[in-house]
Amino acid sequence: MSELDTPILVRPTTSGFRLDIVAAGFARRAGAIASLLVLLVAWEAAARSGIVTPFLLPPLSAVLTRVGEDALSGELAINLGMTLYRALTGFAIAGVAGVLVGILMTRRPWVRWFFDPIVSVGFPMPKIAFLPIFMLWLGLYDVSKISMAVFNAIFPVITATMAAAEGVDRHLLWSARSLGASERQLLREIILPAALPQILTGLQVALPISMIVMIVTEMLMGGEGLGGAMIAASRFADSPGVFAGIVEIAIAGLCLIKGMTVLRRHLLVWHQEAMEPSTV
Amino acid sequence: MSAIAAVLPRYAPLLLLAIAWEAATRTGLVPIGALPPLDTVATAWFDLAVGGDLWTNGIASLSRGAAGLALAVGCGSLIGILMAWYQPIRIAVNPIVQFFYPMPKSALIPVMVLWLGFGDASKVVLIFVGCLLPVTLSAFNGARGTDQVLIWSARSLGASRWRVLWEVVLPSALPELLSGIRTALALSFVLLVASELIVARQGLGYMIGWLGDGGAYDAMFAVVLTVALLGFAADRLYLMLVRRVLAWRE
Repeated sequence: MSELDTPILVRPTTSGFRLDIVAAGFARRAGAIASLLVLLVAWEAAARSGIVTPFLLPPLSAVLTRVGEDALSGELAINLGMTLYRALTGFAIAGVAGVLVGILMTRRPWVRWFFDPIVSVGFPMPKIAFLPIFMLWLGLYDVSKISMAVFNAIFPVITATMAAAEGVDRHLLWSARSLGASERQLLREIILPAALPQILTGLQVALPISMIVMIVTEMLMGGEGLGGAMIAASRFADSPGVFAGIVEIAIAGLCLIKGMTVLRRHLLVWHQEAMEPSTV
Repeated sequence: MSAIAAVLPRYAPLLLLAIAWEAATRTGLVPIGALPPLDTVATAWFDLAVGGDLWTNGIASLSRGAAGLALAVGCGSLIGILMAWYQPIRIAVNPIVQFFYPMPKSALIPVMVLWLGFGDASKVVLIFVGCLLPVTLSAFNGARGTDQVLIWSARSLGASRWRVLWEVVLPSALPELLSGIRTALALSFVLLVASELIVARQGLGYMIGWLGDGGAYDAMFAVVLTVALLGFAADRLYLMLVRRVLAWRE
C-alpha cells in the first residue's frame, strides 16, 4: 500500500475499545482541570504571599469559607433564589413575548411596520440607562427588576424569531398549504419547529443578558439578591463577601448556560444539528 | 432631502410614539411627575448642552468606554488567534475562557471599585475585562475556521509562519472577529452605564443618577435618551465600518 492510498480521514472504528480515543479525551479533561487549578492555586498563593493585601485579594480559602458560611446560614439560598427567580421570570416573559412579537411581525404587515423601527433602534441601545426611569415608575421591588430584565432580554428573541420565521423553507410552506393545512396548523407544525434552532439561539443570547441586568438592578436598588448582597459587602469594605459574591454569581451563570445547552440538545434531537459533534 | 424622505416612513412609528408621549402628558393622562412632556425634556437637554455638563460628562464616559474596548479588542484578538494557532496556548487558556465566559460581567463592578476606586481606572478595567472574552472567543472561532488548504498553500509557496498568520489566518478570521467586537461594543455601553450609575463621580451614568435623585426628571430623561441614542449611533457607525472593511469579500 503506497502512501497515496492512505485515506485522509481515518474513520474511528465503531466497534471495540479505542484506547487512544479514551486517553485523548481523558487528557483533554485533565488539561481543562489543570489550567483552572493552576489559576486557583495562583490566587491562593498570591493572596498568602503578601504581594497584595488581603483586602484587595482575600485568599481563595477564605472566600470559599465565606461561601460555605453563607450557604449554611441560608443567606445564599435566599439571595440566589431571589436573583434566579427574578432573572428567570424576566427571561421567560421575554422569551414568550419575544417569540410572539417576532412571529406576528412576519405574519401581519402592520405589526411589522410598527415594531420594525422600534426593534432596530431598541436592540443596540444600552437599555440599562432606563433603569432610573423604571425605578421611578415601578418602584424598587420585584416588578421593576423583572420588567427591566424583560425590556433588556426581549430584543434578541424578537430578532432571532423574525429571522428564523422568515427563513423557513418556502417549499415546506407551499407543500403544507397545498395539503390543506390551516394557518394555525402551519404555524404549529411547520414554522415553529423549523424556526426552533434559531429561536433557541436567540434565547441563549437573552439568558445571560437577563442575568447581567438582574445583577446590576439589584446592585442599584439594593435588597435581597446576589447583586444586592455584593454591593452591601462592598459598602462595608467586606472584601471576602464581595469575592464570595463573584464566585456564587460565576457558578450560577455557568450552570444556567450549561442548562440551556442541555435543553437545546434535548429539544433538537430530531434536528440534524444534534447529529453533528457539538463544539460548545 | 431624498434620504430623509426615504427614511421617514420607516421610522414613522417612532414619531408616532413621540407624539403619543407629548399628548399623554399634555392632556394630563400621565402625571408630569412620572413622565415629563417631551418638549420640556428637549429644553432640559438644550440647557445641559449649553451649560457644558453634557459635554464634559459625555466625553468622560466615551473616553472610558473607548479605552476599555480598544484594550479588549487588541488583547482579545491576539489571545484568540494565538489560541487557534498554538495548541499549548489553547490547552492552557481555553478552559479559563470557557469557565468565565458565561459569568455575568456586571458582578465585577464591586471588585473594580475595591481595587481601583471610583475613578476612570475602575471603569476602563471593568470594560476591558468584560469585553475581553467575547472578543477572544470570536477571534478563536474565526481563526479556527480558517481553510486548512489555504494555510498549506501559503506555506508551500514559501510564506513564513508569521506571514501566514498575518495574511491568511487574520483575514479569514475577520468576519467572525468583527461580529464578536459588535457584541463587545454593546456590552461596553452596558457596563459603562451600569458602573457609572452605581459608583462614579463623573460620566453620563452618574449624571442620570444625580439628576434622578434631585428630582430633575426632565433632565434625567434627556440624558437617558442621549445615552440610548449614543449606543444606537455607535452600533450603526460600527456596522458601516464593518461593511467597508469586509468589502473585499465577494
